[in-house]
Amino acid sequence: MDQSEHVPQSHAPALSLWPIGVAIGVACALVGLLVSWWIVAIGAGILLVCGALWIFDVSRDPKPEPAAAGPPAAGEHVARAAVGTQPATRKSFLAAMTLGLGAGIGALVTIPPMVFAGLPPFKKGQGFIDMEVDLGPLESFKEGEWLISKFNIAPSQGDVADRTAYVRYNGLLEREPSFTIISNRCVHLGCPVQANGPVSPAGTREFGAGQRKVEHTPVLPAGFGCPCHGGQYDTEGNRTAGPPVRALDRYAYEIRGGRVVLVGAFSVNEVENTGKDANIGKYRLAQPGIHVDGLEQVLYPFIPPS
Amino acid sequence: MSPKSERRKQAETAVTYPLDWIEERTGLVGAIKYFLFRKVPSRTNWFQTLGSATLTAFLVQAITGVILAMYYKPDPDKAYESIQFITNDLTWGWLVRGMHRFGASVFIILMFFHMARVFLYGAYKYPREVNWMVGAALLILGMFEGFTGYLLPWDQTSYWASVVGINITGTGPFVGPFMAQILKAGAEINGDTLARFYSIHMLVLPGAIAVLIGLHLYLVIRLGVSNPPWGDDPEEEGEDEGPAREGLVKPTPRGNGK
Repeated sequence: MDQSEHVPQSHAPALSLWPIGVAIGVACALVGLLVSWWIVAIGAGILLVCGALWIFDVSRDPKPEPAAAGPPAAGEHVARAAVGTQPATRKSFLAAMTLGLGAGIGALVTIPPMVFAGLPPFKKGQGFIDMEVDLGPLESFKEGEWLISKFNIAPSQGDVADRTAYVRYNGLLEREPSFTIISNRCVHLGCPVQANGPVSPAGTREFGAGQRKVEHTPVLPAGFGCPCHGGQYDTEGNRTAGPPVRALDRYAYEIRGGRVVLVGAFSVNEVENTGKDANIGKYRLAQPGIHVDGLEQVLYPFIPPS
Repeated sequence: MSPKSERRKQAETAVTYPLDWIEERTGLVGAIKYFLFRKVPSRTNWFQTLGSATLTAFLVQAITGVILAMYYKPDPDKAYESIQFITNDLTWGWLVRGMHRFGASVFIILMFFHMARVFLYGAYKYPREVNWMVGAALLILGMFEGFTGYLLPWDQTSYWASVVGINITGTGPFVGPFMAQILKAGAEINGDTLARFYSIHMLVLPGAIAVLIGLHLYLVIRLGVSNPPWGDDPEEEGEDEGPAREGLVKPTPRGNGK
């Protein structure tokens, strides 16, 4: 009889959540040792407060305990089981802790890899359009002549950063040299568009060396065509046939010390007029296949940072 | 008893003893027996082997892929050369690469044949709907395997095919541009794109496919093979119409009651 009354009291430690706080405090203090003394102080504070509350919790507990822990009558057990909304039992508490800890550990180990896989692609500087490319001296461009210009926009990336543009010198516009520099990336799905016309490999000239080499080959395009799905463009990059959704992208340029330098790229919805009189509808550079104007642009409200 | 049968007995014991030893401790022998010798409807025919054929094709891809990974280098400067090396210089490299390259098409084609069989036999109906969904997920993952694997030779065809595939992803409304950028590992295709595709191709997707194949097979064994929808064997008809196992509720017949 003595034993049966004694056992429930001595083997029922008080239920307390403060040990978790103590553990957090210890962990915080240990992390602080690596990071900063301030974190150690915060961890120690958490440890002290939670430890004190834990001790208070445990020492206070025996008062209500005798009433609940008395040897239950046979009927009392049945009633408790039937209700179902009882304070947490040890079993349900352990089950919840196991699930909760499992979920917490699962999140802790899953989130970093997911972030690692998903966020670096959006890091500034990963994109190449900030790169500046020297296309050569002004004197090397003849007015009205089209050139296939091959260059590399990110030498550290190797051949994957090779790009091609179609360049034409339009003569002077208000005493400033005017160029038409059209990207060869098809705005349907990104294949390289080709010049519809004869190429003159014999007239090829080169500037720079190594990865900074730029190659100009004269060509006589009647327009541009994509070999993948048949998109066709005129010499200003406007779509004339096929699936593309806008005009060809263009490179922005500056004249620096008598040299033509590419400083970025932008998307175009439509070009009116030609050459130096062209009226270009400029938009922020968008991926191929994306509408920059019209009703469909509502499908692409967010352009990822690049 | 002749000495011959005595020897035979010993030989049988030599086989059955280790099997019994394993069975007693794991139950695996019984499980495999249950899997291999379970009852199937009497009108089951060769078309119902297309699923096993697809599984075999996947195993061929897994094994040849693991071996190819020992020689392949997912680096923009080395990928093409390493594949040339596998094909032209390594002993039987042409064969293993060919098995993987053409086996990929076999795998996709068999998945479609298997799906057509299930559809035409009505084997996707109650209680096998979940298995159809798992199969659909396997089909999508298998196609994605084909897409990511296509880039790995790193030649002109694979490069531009991947450019197009990534840009198709990019035209998806709202999230498309973001998904494309994650696939590309940057705003433009770069050196990391190849490594990313390689990792997805040889680790992420095969793992997911293996798990789903396990679920697919578990459901096949749990629910049983379905009878072809033709024939006029009334006894078997009744057998097939019943609940797949105890505890399942038989649905009320609708339409023409079939």
